[in-house]
Amino acid sequence: MDNKDIYERLTPIFHDVFGDDSLTLRPDMTADDVPEWDSLTHIRLMLTVQKEFNVKFSAAEIGRLKNVAGLAELISAKAR
Amino acid sequence: MSEHLYRDLAWLPAAPPDFNAQCRALLQDSADCGRRLRFLATHALDENQLNRLARTIGSLQQAGADLKPLLPFRLGVLSNSTLDFIKPALVATAARHGLALECISGHYDQVMQEALSPDSIVNTAKPDAVLLAIDYRALPIQTRLGSEQAAEESTTRAVGYIETVRNGLKAHGTTVIVQTLATPAERLFGSMDRLLPGTTQNVLSRINARLAANVLGTSDLLLDVAGIAATVGTENWHSPMQWNLAKLPFSNRYLPLYADHVGRLLGALKGKSRRVLVLDLDNTVWGGVIGDDGLDGIQVAQGDPTGEAHLSVQRMALELRARGIALAVSSKNNDDVARKPFREHPEMLLKEDHIAVFQANWNDKATNIQAIAKELSLGIDSMVFVDDNPVERNLVRRMLPEVAVPELPEDPALYARTVAAAGYFEAIVFSDEDLKRADFYQDNAKRVELQKAAGDLDAYLKTLNMEITFQPFDETGRARISQLINKSNQFNLTTRRYTEAEVAEAEHDPSCFTLQVRLSDVFGDNGMISVIICRPGAASDWQIDTWLMSCRVLGRRVEQAVLRQILSRAEARGIQRLVGVYRPTDRNKLVENHYSNLGFAQTGTEPDGTTHWELAVAGTHVAEAPMTVRVIGLD
Repeated sequence: MDNKDIYERLTPIFHDVFGDDSLTLRPDMTADDVPEWDSLTHIRLMLTVQKEFNVKFSAAEIGRLKNVAGLAELISAKAR
Repeated sequence: MSEHLYRDLAWLPAAPPDFNAQCRALLQDSADCGRRLRFLATHALDENQLNRLARTIGSLQQAGADLKPLLPFRLGVLSNSTLDFIKPALVATAARHGLALECISGHYDQVMQEALSPDSIVNTAKPDAVLLAIDYRALPIQTRLGSEQAAEESTTRAVGYIETVRNGLKAHGTTVIVQTLATPAERLFGSMDRLLPGTTQNVLSRINARLAANVLGTSDLLLDVAGIAATVGTENWHSPMQWNLAKLPFSNRYLPLYADHVGRLLGALKGKSRRVLVLDLDNTVWGGVIGDDGLDGIQVAQGDPTGEAHLSVQRMALELRARGIALAVSSKNNDDVARKPFREHPEMLLKEDHIAVFQANWNDKATNIQAIAKELSLGIDSMVFVDDNPVERNLVRRMLPEVAVPELPEDPALYARTVAAAGYFEAIVFSDEDLKRADFYQDNAKRVELQKAAGDLDAYLKTLNMEITFQPFDETGRARISQLINKSNQFNLTTRRYTEAEVAEAEHDPSCFTLQVRLSDVFGDNGMISVIICRPGAASDWQIDTWLMSCRVLGRRVEQAVLRQILSRAEARGIQRLVGVYRPTDRNKLVENHYSNLGFAQTGTEPDGTTHWELAVAGTHVAEAPMTVRVIGLD
């Protein structure tokens, strides 16, 4: 799975979780860029990503995430 | 269908592909939004879809939209864990159960304060009910291992806490929904945990028994979370990771299931539970097709796995009947043929007098279900319809969206479990009246006259994206052709049986016109469903020697498509007249009027009931049927 695939699959997940179908993902995107991205939707995002990509993250890994690029890297590492 | 019946609410159809767009459309145009919300909610939605639907409902509520026929319901929720995940799931799911839910929660982990204080958020909201979503981690259940007295004290303390909360809420005039406690998967000793006083397992089972006993006979309700967790497995139910991360009391994968259980209780509280089970017969109540396979051919016996699978459907129906659910039948069959197994088959558990209304005819099932509801003086929304055939299921869903129609898995062994898992008949009380209701419905197995059709059938047929394929007999099709010729009893005009060699003869005879017909639709390929043999008659006639069709595709206008095809081929070959004959048997009354329905003129009747028909090829117009036509190997 290359980076492009991951972003393509992440986009509808972001749309679903944040209820905004116009979101476009960027590697440097963070919670500050999305009004609906709070601690609650963050958990939801993490749970949905794990389910859709069939991967498991530890709490520590989730805690270290900084932006969308970091998330894509984590998925890529786990899905290998 | 999902392998995870419970987790994925697999009795509900998958969400429509344009689910998101339909949610958005509701905000643009809120006309009839109550029904549209209920329609959207009546799918197997995941957590994110539930959230989206809940946001839509919230926006509509805020805008003051009329959500009828959804009934407004105000639910307070108190919990020691995170509610933000649970609330939207409850709101969206409640629409499935006919409710426009407003969810009010107190402050996080302030259960006692919210319950006791008259000016708390929950108490001032005057909710219709309060859900006490407390999990074992909220309760003081540390005890000395091995001490019966300490275990009892711990139980009393925990139950006392919940009772105090419950009484506090009741004092403010609401109904309380008490949850049993799901036990953790982890054991301390092993099996001994259950018997040794003071283990978590041991104390929790005491608490659950006590909670249930306290709720029994009061106006409060019990939500058996321990039972739900046991059904899906406590290993799956509890996610240590999600508890640590966000204090989720159970894995978010089970949120849709949990919310559905709450929705059932709230629905039951508002009288929305279902009251009638309408059963299809062929391949649902028994294995096989009574009209084709006969009394000896259907599978309904102990000792045969297929027979036992269908018997389990019958057993479930009888158990439901014993608790006051009315049973009805809707089957595409001749009435006397359909009743025969009930009357004569020794292994049938269901008998005729168990069935309140018995509708066996060739009309569409939506119209029949409507007639059943009318006869029982119950609403369409009291009905559950169980049918193995996805086309019938979707037809009823489309024509009568208020009827609950469970998706069924391939294997009939799972039919009964699937219907039970859907929880259509959730009840909050059980009385002597329920026990008597079974007898009240007894006695008739009534057949009722149909009123007008329930809806636009052709519009539904269009959604099936049917493709019909016409092909002359060939070697590949030969075995199946001969099987159909020798097996079909009901939709069979002449019931002439031919061996495979005779089929091959017709195939190679240039003066014969043959058709093997296949049909596919959105649900998949139905395979070969019709066989035609025309033989040369007088001068320029075609004698329709064989016309048969599988009853599975009845009511789809396949006959019209077939006739159009025959006519166009006849014209191309200079044939001027089609000559048909109906030869009655004890099985094929269904097609008695086949030729007259298709516009043939009757030319004669014989003493045995055989009728003769003809149709001029030139100038006959048959309306196009709603399907794509493919022709292979005909010119």
